[in-house]
Amino acid sequence: MSETAAATPLPNPAPVTDRIARRFADLRAQGRAGLVTFITAGDPDPETAAALLAALPAAGADVIELGMPFSDPMADGPAIQASSQRALAAGMTVPKTLAMVRAFRTRDPDTPIILMGYFNPIYRYGTDRFIADALAAGVDGVIVVDLPPEEDEELCGPALEAGLHFVRLATPTTDDRRLPKVLEHSSGFLYYVAIAGITGTRSADAGVVAEAVARLRRSTELPIAVGFGIKTPEQAAAIARFADAAVVGSSIVDRIARWTQSPAGGPGGLVESIAAFVRQLADGVHGARRG
Amino acid sequence: MSAPPEGAVPNTYRAGPDERGRFGIYGGRFVAETLMPLILEVEKAYAAAQDDPAFQAEMDRYLAHYVGRPSPLYQAARLTEHLGGAKIYFKRDELNHTGSHKVNNCIGQILLARRMGKTRIIAETGAGQHGVAVATVCALFDLPCVVYMGAVDVERQKPNVFRMKLLGAEVRPVTSGSRTLKDAMNEALRDWVANVDDTYYLIGTVAGPHPYPTMVRNFQSIIGIEVRQQMQEAEGRLPDSLVACIGGGSNAMGLFHPFLDEPTVAIHAVEAAGCGLETGKHAASLTGGSPGVLHGNRTYLLQNDDGQILDAHSISAGLDYPGIGPEHSWLRDMGRVNYVSATDAEALAGFSLCSRLEGIIPALEPAHALAHVVRLAPTLPKDHLLVMNMCGRGDKDIFTVADALEVPM
Repeated sequence: MSETAAATPLPNPAPVTDRIARRFADLRAQGRAGLVTFITAGDPDPETAAALLAALPAAGADVIELGMPFSDPMADGPAIQASSQRALAAGMTVPKTLAMVRAFRTRDPDTPIILMGYFNPIYRYGTDRFIADALAAGVDGVIVVDLPPEEDEELCGPALEAGLHFVRLATPTTDDRRLPKVLEHSSGFLYYVAIAGITGTRSADAGVVAEAVARLRRSTELPIAVGFGIKTPEQAAAIARFADAAVVGSSIVDRIARWTQSPAGGPGGLVESIAAFVRQLADGVHGARRG
Repeated sequence: MSAPPEGAVPNTYRAGPDERGRFGIYGGRFVAETLMPLILEVEKAYAAAQDDPAFQAEMDRYLAHYVGRPSPLYQAARLTEHLGGAKIYFKRDELNHTGSHKVNNCIGQILLARRMGKTRIIAETGAGQHGVAVATVCALFDLPCVVYMGAVDVERQKPNVFRMKLLGAEVRPVTSGSRTLKDAMNEALRDWVANVDDTYYLIGTVAGPHPYPTMVRNFQSIIGIEVRQQMQEAEGRLPDSLVACIGGGSNAMGLFHPFLDEPTVAIHAVEAAGCGLETGKHAASLTGGSPGVLHGNRTYLLQNDDGQILDAHSISAGLDYPGIGPEHSWLRDMGRVNYVSATDAEALAGFSLCSRLEGIIPALEPAHALAHVVRLAPTLPKDHLLVMNMCGRGDKDIFTVADALEVPM
């Protein structure tokens, strides 16, 4: 446990693994935004989830957010709650999640993977051990919903020191006074939460989000990804016109939920249908700035 | 306040938390960024209220004339005689308006919410005692109120569900997870994150992100402050032992806190052992759990090796929670409070005993404290002064008890 004094200065957010920086530099060079896709590790079961993960880059995912299932996902709506429950019921754990990334990395050395979840499973695993094992597995960064800047010494500090990106969330409630605190130890990219709310519920007005992103750009050089409430290729395209990336999660895992109700085509059928949806999203995002 | 080295005794047990809301390593502010500005706003508003004599005066007025404080300190003569040891007193917080200690905290927080200009109140509830208290103060101050309650608890606490509805609250049954108190708290947090502008989250126990554990403790400390004075009047000295049940731990913190620095006062807290600690079906986070992070704070939790939260079990819906307030976790590690447990069966025996001997039907929550009094009192001398917090009345539990005792209603 890291129980050091609050005043301990954190290291600068560099150097870190650079797959994220390379990917956003490539996107910028191509003049397009990126697509970030979310699935939960182990949903609907560990084997099928591994197949889904492997299929995402070819379908057009530029960055992958891999959810670490948690029994009590307080910031998530019904879709991702159910996704977590399916993964846990199928026996998913932190070690199995890391193994899944390790297997993915043997075939894909480039696509950045961000683990997204809640702190308790990491804390229980052992924070330092988690950082070391995540880096060894080929994880590029983490997003931990319940670790605001006030709790930076828990994971953010040690992660940055070890070279693991700590991707921070900025939200509509992060006002100008608070923003510097949020940006201070952000690394990799900044994740703008488009609504004050939980995942997979309301959708924000793209114009309002554009203004918020413009405000963030005045304070940071980091690429900005926007998520929460982006469900369709059209919505993703609207965000991609001004953000560096659009994040889609609930509407993907919703398709997994529907498949578990009537598993058309077996696991292969699911992978195909998710890949087809991700292709539509990618077409929307990648073409957004043309015309 | 940093955690002293193991075995060291701090100068005071009452200095916490530190500026980051920590009691040793416990507590903190483990919430989503969306909530963080709001948490800081609550902290600031509470600090300002604490410094404002008008706030305290208004609270005192409601506590005296609406809640009915001070609650009596009653000598339970027949129970004392029956157990044949320590002289037993009950702190009668079940006599408060709404029937439990929960209202003490609700008066304080509703006045704070009004000062903050909030126009909508949300809350979680387990047994429904907190929900009823919240619905009551919302009726009093004409504020709309949504209470999240696990679907399992809605079923086993029907009288309280109806009371909340009578008081004008909307009760939303929660069907996710184990469908009990922990899931109700998840759902309340989800509501809050989506309604940050107008909504105040009125947490019912000494848990959650800082400043809630401290604020709720302070509002409940009226219990212990009154006991000190009442015992002085009755016996001319401090009590020798305190006993209270703990789920989240608010009635216990309220009774204990004013006595933490009195070395002669032994303090016992009783967790719910459900079907027995060895069965795994219990709600004893301190005796059967390990440190983790949930609902905004680090504290002892019931969890598996992968950090997934386990379902708690107790016959008492109010104790059926897999965590506990962070200050209790610290007091446990410091060894200041003796944390023990009582099973469903022991609580039921305490429930029946108290009803017949004292004419007081206790809630199933303090029935756990009674179970420990039954074990403890006979081992103590007759001049030993023992105070148990009778934190709630049992009217709400008669159907559950009838069911457990297989009595047709």
